[in-house]
Amino acid sequence: MSDFIDLVLLAMLALTGLRIIFLKDLFAVVMLFGIYSFLTALIFINLDAVDVAFTEAAVGAGISTVLMLGTLALTGREEKESSHSSILPLIVVFITGAALIYGTLDMEPFGNPDNPIHKHVAPRYIEDSPKEIGLPNMVTSVLASYRGFDTLGEVVVVFAALIAVLSLLGVPKEGQQKAPASGLKSHQVLRVVAKLIISPIILFALYVQFHGDFGPGGGFQAGVIAAAALILYALVFGLPNAVAVIGPRFLKFMAAAGVLLYASVGFFSMYKGGNFLDYNKLAADPVAGQHYGILIIELGVGITVFAVMLSIYYAFGNQVERSNIQ
Amino acid sequence: MNFILDHYNYWIVVFLMMTGFYIVITANNLVKKIVGLNVFQTSVFILYISEAKVSGGTAPIVTEGATLYSNPLPHVLILTAIVVGVAVTAVGLALIVRIKRAYGTVEENEFKKMDDAI
Amino acid sequence: MLEQHLAALPILLPLIAAPITLVLGRSSFSWAFATLISACACLFAWQLLALALTNGAISYEVGGWPPPWGIELRVDAANAFVLLAVSALSTLVLLYSKDSIEKEIEPSKHTLYYTAHLLCFAGLSGILLTGDAFNLFVFLEISSLATYTMVSLASDRRCLIAAFRYLVMGTIGATFILIGVGLLYMSTGTLNMLDLANRIDIAESGRTINTGLAFIMVGVSIKLALFPLHMWLPSAYTYAPSAVTAFLASTATKVAVYVMIRFIFTVFGLDHVFGSMGMDLILMVLAIVAIFKCSYKATVQSDVKTVLAYSSVAQIGYMILGISLVSATGLMAGLIHIFNHALMKGALFMAVGAVFYRVGSVDISAFRGLGKQMPLTMAAFTIAGLSIIGVPLTVGFVSKWYLVTAALEQNQWVLAALVLGGSLLAVIYIGRVLEAAYFQQRPESEKTIEIKEVPWLMLAPMWVLVLANIYFGVDTSLTTEAASSAAEWLFQNNEMPLGNQAGAE
Repeated sequence: MSDFIDLVLLAMLALTGLRIIFLKDLFAVVMLFGIYSFLTALIFINLDAVDVAFTEAAVGAGISTVLMLGTLALTGREEKESSHSSILPLIVVFITGAALIYGTLDMEPFGNPDNPIHKHVAPRYIEDSPKEIGLPNMVTSVLASYRGFDTLGEVVVVFAALIAVLSLLGVPKEGQQKAPASGLKSHQVLRVVAKLIISPIILFALYVQFHGDFGPGGGFQAGVIAAAALILYALVFGLPNAVAVIGPRFLKFMAAAGVLLYASVGFFSMYKGGNFLDYNKLAADPVAGQHYGILIIELGVGITVFAVMLSIYYAFGNQVERSNIQ
Repeated sequence: MNFILDHYNYWIVVFLMMTGFYIVITANNLVKKIVGLNVFQTSVFILYISEAKVSGGTAPIVTEGATLYSNPLPHVLILTAIVVGVAVTAVGLALIVRIKRAYGTVEENEFKKMDDAI
Repeated sequence: MLEQHLAALPILLPLIAAPITLVLGRSSFSWAFATLISACACLFAWQLLALALTNGAISYEVGGWPPPWGIELRVDAANAFVLLAVSALSTLVLLYSKDSIEKEIEPSKHTLYYTAHLLCFAGLSGILLTGDAFNLFVFLEISSLATYTMVSLASDRRCLIAAFRYLVMGTIGATFILIGVGLLYMSTGTLNMLDLANRIDIAESGRTINTGLAFIMVGVSIKLALFPLHMWLPSAYTYAPSAVTAFLASTATKVAVYVMIRFIFTVFGLDHVFGSMGMDLILMVLAIVAIFKCSYKATVQSDVKTVLAYSSVAQIGYMILGISLVSATGLMAGLIHIFNHALMKGALFMAVGAVFYRVGSVDISAFRGLGKQMPLTMAAFTIAGLSIIGVPLTVGFVSKWYLVTAALEQNQWVLAALVLGGSLLAVIYIGRVLEAAYFQQRPESEKTIEIKEVPWLMLAPMWVLVLANIYFGVDTSLTTEAASSAAEWLFQNNEMPLGNQAGAE
């Protein structure tokens, strides 16, 4: 049954992908990408990757699509006919694809538990991490502890994206006079609904943040969800109002603080005589140490991701408002 | 026949990757290029997650009665890769906004003519 | 305590300093802070190289988890040597940046520039030191994102297109590496590079592994701008701010060359890549075409930054040529050239940036008569240019010497001749600039503008590099010792046990 669902979803993905190639209406292209991303999230659930599905839905179908739509608002929605030939790209793609198909010929059967991939490193994560780390969610254990250095890198990548967007687009000024056209304030229904759901979203973000040890979720997803709540606020009540709630300068501090919080756990374990990010050294009992370590670094991740996602939205939103005024 | 059943998943994923790759190379509009990059990367994520699947297994969260779990490591790697992907997307789109402001167009063949760029 | 964590510090220092720099806000504070951090990292890199030369490889288990379960940093003579070059260049470029950036980037973005520089430096250090294939991808993306930012900071609008093109190409390259790593992980069950080397089983899943190899090689080739995947490089180098070009040209592509070396020698093994896959021949042909085609292109450009950018692609050809010779001497020549080319190109791009600082243009016509008006800058350009050509008593000569020796060892006379032929083209493109600077007069219309020498903070780092060009050209003991022991070490195909804690005591 699960294989059948998998096949159907993959076929739908293939159709979506092909449609994107030929469409010239960019709004439709972006919407199809959102669908593509959602279908991917469904496949991830079907393949037992719940954490990844959660993130893909929040990021691919959520943040990426919103940013793409924001860009389209500034650049126009029609793709023009291109003049260059499409033979050479087709050959390149064909060769690359053929190489990959050739590579699959020696692959072990899909889903077989005896595949080498499941044999060498992974068994320790599955068998020992509940004892060594003390968390039921193995993905969180591997993400935050065994491969905590990757996750630090990931937070820094997000931070680097902030630097790039700030330098390219700048941020809205605080205390700007309120643009009359800003937001969807005239829509009474939207205002009421938004007011009703913003606080539950933030509550949900906190739940995802602190429940990631036990179920799917964690700092990254929580940060994105919390940012989504404020993005909703900005959409309905206008960017200047959102900026008045949390200003871009404060977000910049938050983004830096999250990275530093994460790293400070590493430095503290160095101070305690361990290696960088060795949470075992944080408390007398190694498992308790792991627990503290993961709690704090996930918080660092959540803070940085929230601040960066919101800042990036501010930067794009500000551009859109500026072009609306002109 | 068995061989096809064991591998069809990978082949479709390869097809998806190449769809994305083709869009990146051929798209004339820069926003579409970024969409293509995203399709390309998302498909690579499916490859990783397919690798992690164990038939008859369950999500890698300790549950009573479960004996087989799917491999958590590819999940972790892809979580990281998704975040990297959105970071690159945001930067790419920000560049597009600036290109539009500087050139008035985001079609590759149009701004190519405007500067004697190399 | 410092000794124990020495392997991690060159990554961690700039990584942590970047958010602090952003918070500092003031341009001059962030400049001083970034330079200080970079200098400290350089000091640690120096100690790390000394330690690696005496004790052999150093392993650092991040998080206290033994590899292959945790992420391992692995330092040996080869990557410590490249790291030293990268951190030294980072420090010098930061010193140089202060005045140069003030001229070329608007004041509100100075802090962002220094933050991006530190992020890029941290990413490059991470790529060099990590022993984990996926961790490498993460650091690659940190450095790449920072690079796109820095390229797009210039005031010329063409830098935006250059940065966008670089972003698309770079992301395709990174995704190819991701596919390759996925295929390797699939057939071995591990991500640790040394562990991968032990577990790669060609007989069992050769087709998957060879495809993984191919994807990683293509992905890395995009990053190192190997011909014909170099299209992003000339425009990115031409339109980026001068200080950024000086940093990128002397570090980013070199780090990618090292990644290629590491995958060939440590992960896949020489016998497989060059023996059964025949990759050496492909690399050699591409390297030779790169040397001639791009050197030729360099001779016909009018923008001096573009000239030097094409020259960079050609010089990368020399490095790849050294690797493709499949001998200890060839590899050593490649490694030495990584270090030496950083010294030459760093100095050359700094000199060009100095010209831009005073004249406001880097077209070859803008160099007319500068030999008299900016004597120190042009002297620096001349010496570094002679080094590119490969004149004796400069580092360029040392590189060429070992490359020719390696070719002659295998009786490849034609190849040796081709290496020398490439130098002739370098004579032309460097000569054109020198001719304009020393033998042409400034046009009458521009004589009214007085052109002075640049501030000493720009001249000093430039001349440090120029003197290094001469010093390491005369006294080759440090570079050859480090490079030869690195090459030998890579060639023994290191059958070292995992998690070797040498140097941690």
